[in-house]
Amino acid sequence: MANERIVGIDLGTTNSLVAYMENDRPVVIPGEDGLNLVPSVVALDERDQIIVGNAARKYLIETPERAVYSVKRLMGRGVEDIQDELKLFPFRLAGDLAAGEVLRIKLGNKTYTPPEISAFILRQLKRNAERYFGAPVTKAVITVPAYFNDAQRQATKDAGRIAGLEVLRLVNEPTAASLAYGLDKEETATVAVYDLGGGTFDISILKLHEGIFEVIATNGDTHLGGDDIDNLLIAIALDDIQGDLGLDVRRSGEAVQTIRKAVIEAKIALSSDEQTTLDVELADGKRYQRVITRQQYEQLIRPVVDRTVGPVRQAMKDAGLAARQIDEAVLVGGSTRIPLVRKLVEDQFERTPHADLNPDEVVALGAAVQANILAGGSEATKEMLLLDVTPLSLGIESLGGGVVKIIHRNSTIPESATEHFTTGVEGQTNVAIHVVQGERELAKDCRSLARFDLKGIPPMPAGLPRIEVKFLLDANGILHVSAREARSGQESEIEVQPSYGLTDEQVEGMILESFDYAEEDFRQRQVIEARNEATTIMAALEKGKKSPAWDQLTSLERNNIGKLERALNTVLQQDDYQAIRTAIDALNQATMHLAELMMDTAVTSALKGQNMETANVGEGPASPHPIAKAEIEQ
Amino acid sequence: MALTENTKGKSTGGLVVTQAKPVTTECWSCGAMRAAHYCQECGKVQPPAPVDYFAFFGLPYKLNLDTAQLERDFYALSRKIHPDINAKGSDPEQEWSLEKTSQLNDAYRTLKDPISRTEYLLRLQGVQLEEQSKAATEEARKTGTAKKQVVPPDLLEEVFELNMQLDELRASKKLGEDDPGHERELQDAKLHLASKQSDMLKELNATWSEWDSLVDRTSSGETIDESERAAVRDRMLDVLNRRTYLRNLLCEVDDVLES
Repeated sequence: MANERIVGIDLGTTNSLVAYMENDRPVVIPGEDGLNLVPSVVALDERDQIIVGNAARKYLIETPERAVYSVKRLMGRGVEDIQDELKLFPFRLAGDLAAGEVLRIKLGNKTYTPPEISAFILRQLKRNAERYFGAPVTKAVITVPAYFNDAQRQATKDAGRIAGLEVLRLVNEPTAASLAYGLDKEETATVAVYDLGGGTFDISILKLHEGIFEVIATNGDTHLGGDDIDNLLIAIALDDIQGDLGLDVRRSGEAVQTIRKAVIEAKIALSSDEQTTLDVELADGKRYQRVITRQQYEQLIRPVVDRTVGPVRQAMKDAGLAARQIDEAVLVGGSTRIPLVRKLVEDQFERTPHADLNPDEVVALGAAVQANILAGGSEATKEMLLLDVTPLSLGIESLGGGVVKIIHRNSTIPESATEHFTTGVEGQTNVAIHVVQGERELAKDCRSLARFDLKGIPPMPAGLPRIEVKFLLDANGILHVSAREARSGQESEIEVQPSYGLTDEQVEGMILESFDYAEEDFRQRQVIEARNEATTIMAALEKGKKSPAWDQLTSLERNNIGKLERALNTVLQQDDYQAIRTAIDALNQATMHLAELMMDTAVTSALKGQNMETANVGEGPASPHPIAKAEIEQ
Repeated sequence: MALTENTKGKSTGGLVVTQAKPVTTECWSCGAMRAAHYCQECGKVQPPAPVDYFAFFGLPYKLNLDTAQLERDFYALSRKIHPDINAKGSDPEQEWSLEKTSQLNDAYRTLKDPISRTEYLLRLQGVQLEEQSKAATEEARKTGTAKKQVVPPDLLEEVFELNMQLDELRASKKLGEDDPGHERELQDAKLHLASKQSDMLKELNATWSEWDSLVDRTSSGETIDESERAAVRDRMLDVLNRRTYLRNLLCEVDDVLES
């Protein structure tokens, strides 16, 4: 499709949103329930159907073994990285996980990888957008924490593919937020974006110049957010409940979820009130209550909030800027509603931070702006261009386990580096390369990205082959590698073994599994909607035939209506929603005159003291006659 | 599996001194005579060509550089060749856009920083910077001693004193004691080193001008004796080496102060 809509998606730890640029202004697309936020909760109902969002939340409490939240914390990570996470979050891993295998989460009797669970959320957002547009949506910009590494980014991209979305760009969340803020500004300014969400923290320093958004430095912590504050409060409640009520409910998923819900309510209340009561109703009519003052709360959460200071200072240092050189500080993410967080930002940047846009929505709005830029731009975005950086250095393991850095952190992407390798043994035909990401000196302390095997090197004496390996970080911050033996000019074969993550074949398989029914879903829904509309118009026509207006039509008109009615009835038997819509439109057109005549009758009757209902027009002025698309209130 | 890393950097061998001519051939799409990176007529991104960073920006091989202008060129080129701008192009166009933008980003980052710009030019001139540092590392590894850097003579006295102060502050920090006296001394030393560092930048600037005038004389047709060029290169190298030493020293001071 030439003018296909590209949506912007914020795939959050706690909530997810989809937005779209409508007439030079980004808007969030609500779900069927009318709400903008789709909680990032996925559940499997009794019939093994996937439920997403608000509807899935009740399963967290009723059947916690069939529901999962905060799955973003597991994206692109291995079993050994998430041991801490497992202590704090009720993730149920599949029992048969082999070492190095992508994680799988249990939902009921089924297991899913984190990208698949994220794909369920994305598919829900895709559906919401399709419902809103009445047309398929297949392209998206998805946001990721700026501090996400290659594996986490790849996992997010995989999730998009599984959900049937072509991911045109991964945009860093704080950068996206700056796009939303910068829409109507043309000036030159240095901006700090402080983004504390449900599970991740990012800080980005940007230079804004005539529509160019140039990221100078970024830093963060991909495991720091509102979830950590919740966990502190939950731990206190669990201790209290054991101490005061003599109940150890730690093993009861249901009780812990009930406490979690109450804790979040208390947390939100403490952003505006000086004190609140943590109120938990437990099983057997037992009840736990505790008053928490703002002061106690702030004392409790200060260590969590203070963890953002290190990354902030590092980013400022990398940018080579002092606090007073920052013109504006912007708050993003739900956790920046906490007064203590605002105070910290104020202290760090020596100014009152901006929070004009809803911190829950601003990232999705920015993603919609970027989607618009990629779609060719509009009046509002034609001067806008985003120049982002890679948050982490990229290196190669050298002899002895050290790291040779080839791309430094905060380099503008896309970015490439070419390295030359040779053999150490006579006749050696392959060379193994280990690529890592991170700032530490030793490879084992960095994040292992992938092991490459350069194969098919022509046998030569040791040290003679010259293998040129090109590393390219694309505009999504994802690494691509290609290699060539320079002496023979032969393209070397590269076998990429991602250290964490799905192989291309695995992703393909998941797409095949899900794609069919996602597309089928959409078609089915369109057919159902079209049939409903057809039923309405047919019912209205039946009424019309009984009204005096019917007799005022010419026989030609009546014949034509009859013919089109039969045509609609025929296509209704088929599953082609477009054919149904065409038939509906034709019938609508043909009955226009009838509708007008009925309207006149109705108005005349109304003047005679009859109401619209008895005039047999429909359900009154609030609901105009389905045949007539004309307004009724004259 | 043995894995030996070869040298980074290019050794072009030949001397680059004159300005690279901007490439003007036909646009692959509309046939108009184009600029090097995108077509001035139809705006299409052009296939990448292997050029050095100076040539990429159409700059002479000089070290005094108007970085404000460089930034403007960088932004202007980004607006034409960035993957976001070419997201709707054909597959090869998108690939070229990615490739060219990564070239642009590399070139801009290298040239805007005075030190990396100087190092890059020296490398283009065939000076193997990594080799020197690598040789020192190898030597240190073989002899089992810490990698020793030659202390620049003008810093000798200062470095000696500084090392003592560093040791003492490290010792008291290890014991968990406050040592405001040494801390203040180190802060003072740090300020002094920083001022030395800016002196060195001035020294480097002087060598730039020497180099640039050689380039000017070459382009006006004069034949320059190779030894004259080599002398300027050596002076640049000397400043760079002393600066690296100073920078490492400052890092060390910062580490101890912040620990």
